[in-house]
Amino acid sequence: MLEALIQGILLGGYYAVLAAGLSLMFGVVRFINLAHGDMAVLGAMIALWLVQDVGLGVGLAIALTLPAMAALGWLMQRMIFERALRGGFLIPILTTIGLGAALQNGMFGLFGSETKSLGAHIGGLSWASWELPGSIFLGQLPVYMFLTAIVVLGTLHVVLTRTPFGRAVRATATDADAAALCGIDARRVHRGAAAIAVALAGLAGIFLALRAQVTPFAGPMLLIFAFEAVVIGGIGSLRGTLIGGIALGVAQALGGLISPQFSILAGHVVFLAVLAWRMSQSAAAERGGWRSAWAALTLKRQITRGKS
Amino acid sequence: MTEAKVALALSGAEGRHGQLQAIKPLMLTIAENEVVALIGANGAGKTTLMRMIAGLHPFAAGALHLFGRDVTAMSAHERVKAGIALSPEGRRLFGDMTVRENLMIAAENGRRGDWTIATACDAFPQITPLLDRPAGGLSGGQRQAVAIARALVVNPSVLLLDEVSLGLSPAAVDGVYQSLAALRGKMTMVVVEQDLTRAMNFAGRLICMAEGVLELDGNPAVLTREQITNAYFGIHKTTEASHA
Repeated sequence: MLEALIQGILLGGYYAVLAAGLSLMFGVVRFINLAHGDMAVLGAMIALWLVQDVGLGVGLAIALTLPAMAALGWLMQRMIFERALRGGFLIPILTTIGLGAALQNGMFGLFGSETKSLGAHIGGLSWASWELPGSIFLGQLPVYMFLTAIVVLGTLHVVLTRTPFGRAVRATATDADAAALCGIDARRVHRGAAAIAVALAGLAGIFLALRAQVTPFAGPMLLIFAFEAVVIGGIGSLRGTLIGGIALGVAQALGGLISPQFSILAGHVVFLAVLAWRMSQSAAAERGGWRSAWAALTLKRQITRGKS
Repeated sequence: MTEAKVALALSGAEGRHGQLQAIKPLMLTIAENEVVALIGANGAGKTTLMRMIAGLHPFAAGALHLFGRDVTAMSAHERVKAGIALSPEGRRLFGDMTVRENLMIAAENGRRGDWTIATACDAFPQITPLLDRPAGGLSGGQRQAVAIARALVVNPSVLLLDEVSLGLSPAAVDGVYQSLAALRGKMTMVVVEQDLTRAMNFAGRLICMAEGVLELDGNPAVLTREQITNAYFGIHKTTEASHA
């Protein structure tokens, strides 16, 4: 039980990195990138290609993949997303669904359909573990990944709160017109945010490839996990995203205790429960709080009963 | 050449909100360091005109020149770099950030010049104790002071102030105008003001708009109250008899 809890928390770091990019794009650019999961898979595939076909070490491959993904994010914002955003509400959704399909099939064509993993290239690290008192085994790789996630999200938090670029990002997200009146070029900010978001997706994909396997068609499932973590944690806050990711990871790990098939489902159940709670909270707030909402409901019931 | 002295020149400028012609083709030149008060009833087009000059509202036709340079095609952030700053209607501060961060954002992305957060705090002393407070929690007068300071730290040559005294207590309005008076002669100012007496006392030139048209343009010391009132309500000499 405790071991599953710890594993769930460690898994949460991965989900938080996956979700942070999606949340950043939605919070700053007001753009829902439905190809976010496919971008994560693309990051994994590029790293795998660099390791398996070019013959680089895993560390160097990761160090090359992340800037490449950032550049890709910048380019996609510049070439595709900006134009899609001008088309109203529906166009970005259709565009990114199409982009996701193109990425999936493009990767299928280039890299084949077999499952791949970076796990075979990191030697003993994939199974090495520490034994904690109480015979709890703690995998070293999950711990390193969790620490990396914390450092990455922490750095991003510092960038957003302490640097001129971060202030420009927050100003644009809060009020784009007022930001423009301060001399901020919203397009530049959006491109920077997209670069960070896609690099984060790439990092999440690499995490997945390190701890498990990837296939070209894994993206949509990752997108669902990212959405779930964002909804559980709340949009627009990195701390919330981290909490959401951990909640999702813990739910999956504890669900896996009941039965392996229940693992993913437990994550979905927690997501739906949080969503239902949030929606009922806002519904109650509209009616002046829970007590009056309940009173209104019973009153309505009495009236309908009186009629019949 | 008089061209060099003209700060802002609107020629044939036209602004639309969908089918509505909010600004009818309009000619206006404002000289360097001139202080202009723009008055008019609600819906006269004052805010739209300010937003057009700042680059937030597109020109349906016509052109805008800033010190002889055509800036019509520039977006709002480029016009800030060119020297136009607008303190918008409703202040539009970044409410979840501190006052200091609000000013830093403008200082970092605007032009270099004499105006820094420190000099802006000298001009608006009431800001100094508020620097580390979230901008969302300030009173109306404080918000207005911060909004004007935020427009100043981008170091504009033309400062546009929309609805300076709207929603402020008389004391707060006094404070804001005292600070603004110190800017006279340092930059071109266009102030949208609902309070006619204040507009006449503060500005060297009074412009009155009604239904998207410049009804009146003159020196407030020479204009009579009746002229201004008629212009304000869009009453023309030809129809004056029927209104009397």
